[in-house]
Amino acid sequence: MKRLACHPERKRGISSWRTFSGLASMAQAEIPRLRLGMTRMAALLGLGLLSACSPALRGTGDLGLVVERADGRLMVVENSGNTKLASVAGLGDLSHAALVYSRDQRFAFVFGRDGGLSKVDILTGAIVGRVMQSGNSIGGAISQDGTLVAVANYTPGGIKVFDAATLEPVADIPAIGGDGKPSKVIGIADLTGKRFIYTLYDAGEIWIADLADPKAPKLTKYTNIGKLPYDALITGDGRWYLAGLFGEDGIALLDLWNPDKGVRRILDHYGKGKEALPVYKMPHLRGWAAAGDEIWLPAIGHHQVLVVDKGRWTEKARIDVAGQPVFAMARPDGRQVWVNFAVPDYSKVQVIDTQTKKVIKTLEPGLAILHMEFTPKGERVWLSVRDSDKVVVYDTETLEPVAELPAARPSGIFFTNRAHKTGL
Amino acid sequence: MHLLGAVTGAVVSVLVAWPLAAAAEISPGRQAKLRDMVDQDCGSCHGMTRQGGLGSPLLQEDLVKLSAEAVVETILEGRPGTPMPPWKFMLSREEAAWIAAYLMGELK
Repeated sequence: MKRLACHPERKRGISSWRTFSGLASMAQAEIPRLRLGMTRMAALLGLGLLSACSPALRGTGDLGLVVERADGRLMVVENSGNTKLASVAGLGDLSHAALVYSRDQRFAFVFGRDGGLSKVDILTGAIVGRVMQSGNSIGGAISQDGTLVAVANYTPGGIKVFDAATLEPVADIPAIGGDGKPSKVIGIADLTGKRFIYTLYDAGEIWIADLADPKAPKLTKYTNIGKLPYDALITGDGRWYLAGLFGEDGIALLDLWNPDKGVRRILDHYGKGKEALPVYKMPHLRGWAAAGDEIWLPAIGHHQVLVVDKGRWTEKARIDVAGQPVFAMARPDGRQVWVNFAVPDYSKVQVIDTQTKKVIKTLEPGLAILHMEFTPKGERVWLSVRDSDKVVVYDTETLEPVAELPAARPSGIFFTNRAHKTGL
Repeated sequence: MHLLGAVTGAVVSVLVAWPLAAAAEISPGRQAKLRDMVDQDCGSCHGMTRQGGLGSPLLQEDLVKLSAEAVVETILEGRPGTPMPPWKFMLSREEAAWIAAYLMGELK
């Protein structure tokens, strides 16, 4: 216990954190039956001590998690000083892992590829709940009021909904498409009320599940939206839901202010006249970019980023880039769009100036850039550099690197300000 | 009948043996890179533990249902109409054969 005493010379109480997450894991190892209780006790004990040591008290607004995909581990990081605070292990298969935050920005709900749903306390660096909810999952969402967490599954398909406080199951909603077969679910997002919107990959349908009465979820289905929808996004205002189609040259759009008008197709034939190039990694729409009245999207099968007029949904411009874009993400002020690429061009990142629509810089921070995350006000961006085993932080004005953190095969980076954004 | 069976058997054994022969051409450094590609780049769609994702599972029990040649062709040419791209722009036939044998459990 001595080790938990106050050491004013220690920065930000990081050492105390480590000690006390170690205490939590010791408790887990020794008394498995009391795991949750002990972890909570350790957390309370830790909080008490943290309150006693005022330098260690902290909020979560500048915290985040970095996925170390090959090790099933998360790094707890803070973006004011660009440091790592703790490691959270034991999260299973984190290839293509995603997560959402509780509305108090303290807990992360982590969706693993192996169907594991884990609840992680980022203040203590401990797993406080974990369920194996399916055989294979891709992502999830948290309801507007923060009470429900929904997970989108590949195997056996469909969504499962859990109580965010306890991880008790609330609803299990299979996704049997019009073709009578179970479908993989992609592109899940939260809507107003206790509603979730998602897309059926195999069946080509968009569904809305209303869990106002969790015992009897109400489903609204939009069928025949197009072939092989691979990902979807919802605009930050919650009005527009766009599903990118891999099997067709276009995007399915649903206006959630006018849901009775149904799904319509936009940007038909955006690749017309050109043979599509191989797509070595599916683009992600979730990191969508909105800059003013423009939406920036990775073109499928083209080494281009599309600029779309938001509202009219017509193509305004397309910008040639260094490869097949995976993420096109706007700096929070919309002044720049940062783009990363699929293999074999995945060691480059390009910065586009949204006013001139020109690539202003091509960066090569290391091998295999998988993900980018802006700090809440956008003065910095964090890049995960998978094959160089590091995370690099860039200043978005000077476009120069300002910090580097070692990380084992990092992929997704998620800052807590996502907690207050629709669709994230 | 007997002869046909023998010929079929010979063809099958050639196809199974072929990736192993081709694999001998790949340098140890390149083999490490290919192993990594399977984990990381194939893993994006098929899962790092190969249990599948948007792409189908690549577990040994799934792949033994296919011929080695079919696996090699899928790697090189992709599956048109699905997101599986042709990797021939990044991999030689020998490298694809090495990956097929690796996935099918014939190589470590």
